[in-house]
Amino acid sequence: MKLTTGEKIFAGVNLLVLALAGLVTLYPFLYTASVSLSTAAEANRTSLHLYPREVSLAAYRMVLGNPDIIMAYGNTLLRTVLGTLLTLLVTCIAAYPLSRKELPHRSMIIFLILFAMIFDGGIVPRYLLIRNLGLMNSVWALVLPTMLTAFNIIVVKNFFQQIPESLGESARVEGASEATILFRIYIPLSLPVLATVGLWTAVMHWNQWFDAMLFISDNSRQVLQTLLQRVVIENSTQMMEIGAANASDITQFTPETVKAATVIVTILPILLFYPFVQRYFVKGILLGGVKE
Amino acid sequence: MKTHSTFTYRRHRELLLLILPVMAIFVLFNFGPLIGLVIAFKDYMMSHGILNSPWVGLENFHRLFASEDFPRALRNTVVIGLLRMTFGFILPIVLALMLNEVRIHWFKRGVQTLTYLPYFFSWVILGGIFLMLLGSDGPVNALIQSTGHSPVNFLSNNGWFLVVLVATGVWQSAGYAAVIYLAALAGIDPGLYEAAAVDGANRWRQTLHITLPCLIPTIVVLLILSLASILNAGFDQIYNMYNPMVYDVADIIDTYVLRRMQTLDYGLATAAGLFKSVVGLILAVGANWLAKRISHGEHGIW
Repeated sequence: MKLTTGEKIFAGVNLLVLALAGLVTLYPFLYTASVSLSTAAEANRTSLHLYPREVSLAAYRMVLGNPDIIMAYGNTLLRTVLGTLLTLLVTCIAAYPLSRKELPHRSMIIFLILFAMIFDGGIVPRYLLIRNLGLMNSVWALVLPTMLTAFNIIVVKNFFQQIPESLGESARVEGASEATILFRIYIPLSLPVLATVGLWTAVMHWNQWFDAMLFISDNSRQVLQTLLQRVVIENSTQMMEIGAANASDITQFTPETVKAATVIVTILPILLFYPFVQRYFVKGILLGGVKE
Repeated sequence: MKTHSTFTYRRHRELLLLILPVMAIFVLFNFGPLIGLVIAFKDYMMSHGILNSPWVGLENFHRLFASEDFPRALRNTVVIGLLRMTFGFILPIVLALMLNEVRIHWFKRGVQTLTYLPYFFSWVILGGIFLMLLGSDGPVNALIQSTGHSPVNFLSNNGWFLVVLVATGVWQSAGYAAVIYLAALAGIDPGLYEAAAVDGANRWRQTLHITLPCLIPTIVVLLILSLASILNAGFDQIYNMYNPMVYDVADIIDTYVLRRMQTLDYGLATAAGLFKSVVGLILAVGANWLAKRISHGEHGIW
């Protein structure tokens, strides 16, 4: 197909604007990475900080040398792994009976699930429930309430419904229990949708901070995001003080380089998995509409 | 079916045994908190607990609407919600249409991957980065000063803060939202374009007369459904970026509830949260009804 001059100009401008959009998206991350790798003098220089002219790893030495960060990393990893595995398990167990038309009271159960999706009691009742259950300062407060969501249940249920019933039927004739059919036939056939739900859940757990802010006050149970919040948003200087006590190269970092390094340390795992995760995420969005 | 009745019964029992424990957990964490909603009508005292605190009727709601802060938070929520809806709605469509015109595959993929990236990070991270970028010593102000202008108080000036909220909000979600439109675009029958090209329609006319009309149903449905969440003005973002200097424009219902809770005024916080939940429920049911009606039952949240 031959393009007219006007169309060629449009195509050029289009590419230029899109490239600009890409750069605007990238710049905040580039800036953060650049500052995190800068010496104190370089970080204090007035500049766009596209790249560090004088490189120093002092901020990273300080951040990674901080036992609080290592502990928070462990806690975040724990909630992510535990939360994702539990979510997958209970979501499948809930979705399988709901995918079967003969389940008694099926429409009432689905109504309950959908109602919970569009109505919640707000944070005070949620907070009081967790406190009354004695889950404060426990990783269970972070994984149990989010374990079953209407969206996940219905996405997996819809996927299960596409699996031919004859597969389960023949196993049933041979005396297999419903649980066996779920774990031996349905789950192995549903790995793509489970990968999508699993990755959604893992990213959600890695990024979640609000529940930890409400339910976790014990410092040794703190997750990465709430620690980051103290350092970056609330400008807590506690990290700097600990760092100053431990580090020999105290003149090598500034509050800014430490903040930036903390941000990079937090987002690095997501960045590493991003190319892989992105594919499933797009699929997940398109699984889309929570429909019957 | 009579011969199968024991078989059917066994099957039902097994299915119920599978779902009952998980539904019990679901009900505990999703409906358990609803019991706590009675606090909205009580003078909650921690020593008395939820059930034994004295009833006060609608007193908490009276206090809420008589106060200065809550009506302001309500107004801010609606204003920010509408701003986010407007800009967060137009730009993804533009982005998707522009990406759809790109014929260089790696470029299209690259831009998509980049613009999609911020969606993967929490607002603790993004808020932290923007506080650094837009602060008085940040690179944006350095750039402004180097052109001879005086620095801008992005984070403490009411008007600028709203601009920052909307701009960074769109920056974070546009790439993600564009994915849905790109999928709709990919679903358009290529035969339509070929026929139009034969009739001598150029690319611009094709966009105007084929692409846009094909997108309209998706656009309308998404717009209506976004009405349902208008009261979710972006708690995560605002909480991590605002400060007392901009409460006048940036304090929304969710941040108000959290601060009331932190000052242990549980009755007021619960009442405000309940108000938001009820209005949100009405909006969601209404939006779903409207979306279904317009799309002849094809689209809706449920």
